[in-house]
Amino acid sequence: MLWEEEIPGGAHWSAVIRRGVVLRLTASGADANVAALFYSREQPLERYNMADTLKAQHIAHLTTGCVCYSDMGRILCSITADTCGWHDPLCGLTDAALIAARYGATRFQEQRNQRHVSGRDAMLVELGKYGLGERDLVANINFFSKVVVDEAGALKLEPGHSKAGQYVDLRFEMDTIVALHAGPHPLATTKKYAPPAIRLQARRGAPPAADDPCRTRCPENTRGYINTERMYAS
Amino acid sequence: MSGYDEVVPAGEPWMGVVRRGQSLRIVDLEGNQAVDTLFYNAADTAEHYSAQNTIQAQGRIYLTTGTTLLSNRGNALLRIEEDTCGRHDTLGGACSAESNTVRYALEKRSMHSCRDSFLLALARHHEGGLTKRDLPSNINFFMNVPVTPTGELRFADGISAAGRHVQLRALVDTLVLISNCPQLNNPCNAYNPTPIRVMTWDNA
Repeated sequence: MLWEEEIPGGAHWSAVIRRGVVLRLTASGADANVAALFYSREQPLERYNMADTLKAQHIAHLTTGCVCYSDMGRILCSITADTCGWHDPLCGLTDAALIAARYGATRFQEQRNQRHVSGRDAMLVELGKYGLGERDLVANINFFSKVVVDEAGALKLEPGHSKAGQYVDLRFEMDTIVALHAGPHPLATTKKYAPPAIRLQARRGAPPAADDPCRTRCPENTRGYINTERMYAS
Repeated sequence: MSGYDEVVPAGEPWMGVVRRGQSLRIVDLEGNQAVDTLFYNAADTAEHYSAQNTIQAQGRIYLTTGTTLLSNRGNALLRIEEDTCGRHDTLGGACSAESNTVRYALEKRSMHSCRDSFLLALARHHEGGLTKRDLPSNINFFMNVPVTPTGELRFADGISAAGRHVQLRALVDTLVLISNCPQLNNPCNAYNPTPIRVMTWDNA
């Protein structure tokens, strides 16, 4: 274990996570949601790309074996373990208008740190710490949330999907700026703003072997690892 | 106000401004051509079409008549007022040299791609200050990219055909960025990228 830390429910967080580190996100309660964005530490214009992640792996949800692609054909991180089974890459962030309409408007003056922070505001704050801003805010992942799409294209968030204690392991394949918000999913129907806290645990991981399940999941991922390893070849 | 009426060959970008109240029609001249498209608020290009805001608000991933395209700030940019195709993709994004190396083969890097067209168009658009930062997830007009109930993404046979069109009404002055897709590895367009027609006009 390198370190551990807790993100209180509703709070946002960011850090640089180095290549080779495995970050475990553990939900401390049911119906958790963690919005996540990833940027290359070396060149933040290279960033997590929803479309490239979905297209390469022919998926509309993330779980063990899946990887998170940048827009440059490289892998920012890989999902090496997942006891939850489905994470949503489609639905984006809440914004202040949605949060106020659903949970009521709040201010720090009255609510202190129990105020209802929106996903968009949370990300703008964290990205600002690295010189990034609105133009860098791309489609995010919502860990611990399951959204199913029916034949007609309708989106449905599955209530009760995640349970306390479930976790997902992200093995970082590049030095990455990680921004997280432990806030509600944009399609959540709960009346109360009470997203569970998220436990973060970082440990040193082994480099992906030739038979690594993320690498061998599909030929696309094998090539994604080649692209990534070429950047670090020296 | 004048309008555009241009045929855009496959592999070319197109940029233009549609004024508030004007209509924009994109015609799939030969059928199943992917038209990768982004929209920006012409007065402040940091505000742009957002796939996430749009699909959240309508609760559906596909675009068709009646869909309002929302911005990253939650404002309405355009509304789809006619659609003879029936379904347009919000998830597949744009092809790029780098994603082609992942999706098809490492040797495909040098093939032409939508993201290259986007970047060249932005670089030529001197007044805008737009760069790669300003390329969020785009719309693929006329593409059929269904999601299955088990969470798979499919690249299905196209549902468009020669002469079908989509028509949008601009609700604010909108900068339009199109890449008429040059993808030669895509069965959706029968491996054959074809021209489109882009038209705009004033409404009474």
